Amino acid sequence: MAILLIAEHDNQTLKAATLNTLGAAHHLEGEIHVLVAGAGCTAVGQAVAQLSGVTKVLLCDAPQYAERGAENLAELVRGLAAGYSHVLVPASAEGKNLLPRVAALCDMAQVSDVVGIESTDTFVRPIYAGNALATVKSIDPIKFLSIRTTAFESVGLAGTAAAVETIAAGPELGLCKLVDRELTRSERPELGAAKIIVSGGRGLGSGDNYRRVLEPLADKLGAALGASRAAVDAGFVPNDFQVGQTGKIVAPQLYLAVGISGAIQHLAGMKDSKVIVAINKDPDAPIFQVADYGLVADLFEAAPALTQAI
Amino acid sequence: MKVLVPVKRVLDYNVKVRVKADGSGVDLANAKMGMNPFDEIAVEEAVRLKEAGVVSEVVAVSCGVAASAEVLRTALAIGADRGILVQSDADLQPLAVARLLKAVCDREGPALVICGKQAIDDDANQTGQMLAALLGWSQATFASKVTIADGQATVVREVDGGLETLAVRLPAVITTDLRLNEPRYATLPNIMKAKKKPLDTLDPAGLGVDVSPRLVTLKVVEPAKRSAGIVVSDVAQLVEKLKNEVKVI
Repeated sequence: MAILLIAEHDNQTLKAATLNTLGAAHHLEGEIHVLVAGAGCTAVGQAVAQLSGVTKVLLCDAPQYAERGAENLAELVRGLAAGYSHVLVPASAEGKNLLPRVAALCDMAQVSDVVGIESTDTFVRPIYAGNALATVKSIDPIKFLSIRTTAFESVGLAGTAAAVETIAAGPELGLCKLVDRELTRSERPELGAAKIIVSGGRGLGSGDNYRRVLEPLADKLGAALGASRAAVDAGFVPNDFQVGQTGKIVAPQLYLAVGISGAIQHLAGMKDSKVIVAINKDPDAPIFQVADYGLVADLFEAAPALTQAI
Repeated sequence: MKVLVPVKRVLDYNVKVRVKADGSGVDLANAKMGMNPFDEIAVEEAVRLKEAGVVSEVVAVSCGVAASAEVLRTALAIGADRGILVQSDADLQPLAVARLLKAVCDREGPALVICGKQAIDDDANQTGQMLAALLGWSQATFASKVTIADGQATVVREVDGGLETLAVRLPAVITTDLRLNEPRYATLPNIMKAKKKPLDTLDPAGLGVDVSPRLVTLKVVEPAKRSAGIVVSDVAQLVEKLKNEVKVI
């Protein structure tokens, strides 16, 4: 049996999360087929065909997949799923939105946020905000898995190209329409894929302070910017900056937490980072319990000094 | 228009999670339990829609053990009109819950279901999407703003790159994100009133739903602990460590 992976893209470029999901698929057995569904997405299909381990690309190019709504996509994937042992998506906003719908249409369970693959039917996943790890065995014939991308290596190019097969589109259900999409534009690396993340919390006090103190530091380090829930709720930064249990899960080489106290929900999103640095004026802040290097200091002095020193 | 709001009884979000020594699960004995926070946001949203005159009735539904009636009373105290407990001692997984909710929807005929986007115990983030699939309805997940008018819901969703706005045809399933609203505290008079509101009890067999689990939990362990590192004295020492000791900058 083969594995079906659903590629995430914006009709022009493939999202990095798909490369890690492919890395997870390499831990399973069988050919790997990748579905590229979109509108005007041929270039994405060709790019996917170059990736290591991909044996076939299923290209489905139709207007109803342009905005990647779950309803139409789920119908399409439901029709394909029967021929596969596993169906994989990244555990991104899109993957989380789509895969449960497909699994339910097939009357099968989904395993969310897989961080370990023990065998073809047994998987490890975090529960309780990562405070426990559960090993679960799926007894359904098709395993629907959303993959926590930070837990798997990303996959590179193969050197040869897999076949690209064009497949027929499913129905346009007409259930839903995209009205608007406001994506944060940034020259900085994507939060999920960044090597270094500078993240700010309530301690910054305002959006102006956040930008004034953290942007120069992030610029100097070539880092992505993140935030705690408190900073997002207070309106310092947009929602897509949030790192945590219900925001983005990150695992960069260096995570610099500035003015973040370290609620367990935040730690759940960043504790797999290689090196964690915390700057906080409260020596009892829980963030220091997970930090490799803690600096007890006023962030308004320490962060600019750090920017100067590197 | 009737709204159905599923609510789940979970370990209180402030309680420290303890894994059982035998690796069979998380220890919930005598622990403080409460309503899943995302579900509180869902109840609040439904009640606000009722207060705005958009919705005529808010029905809260909980699937689980008998004590789940407590979270239904909480939903009633926030302002839901009545509660339905689908009582079961089984390990109810998302697909089973979605199938139970589908059966309740078939009986109740709501035009809208508002769910929490995930429960903070199993962190699955599946039930709302699965319910929408089983009903054949549209879905708007991770909502941070909801407007209902003219038979459709306009929903602002929190997605990876920012925000997107969807227009979904009703009936639909909406799942709530953190910033949709701030749930009110139930006042004492409302808690007293909630005790008198109707609460029906059903069971999976009566709804004709097979709830047998599809995932078998083999073991539950604590993750490897990250040990606290060192406290550096100043910025210079921090830079020295990052450059020379761990070489990440």
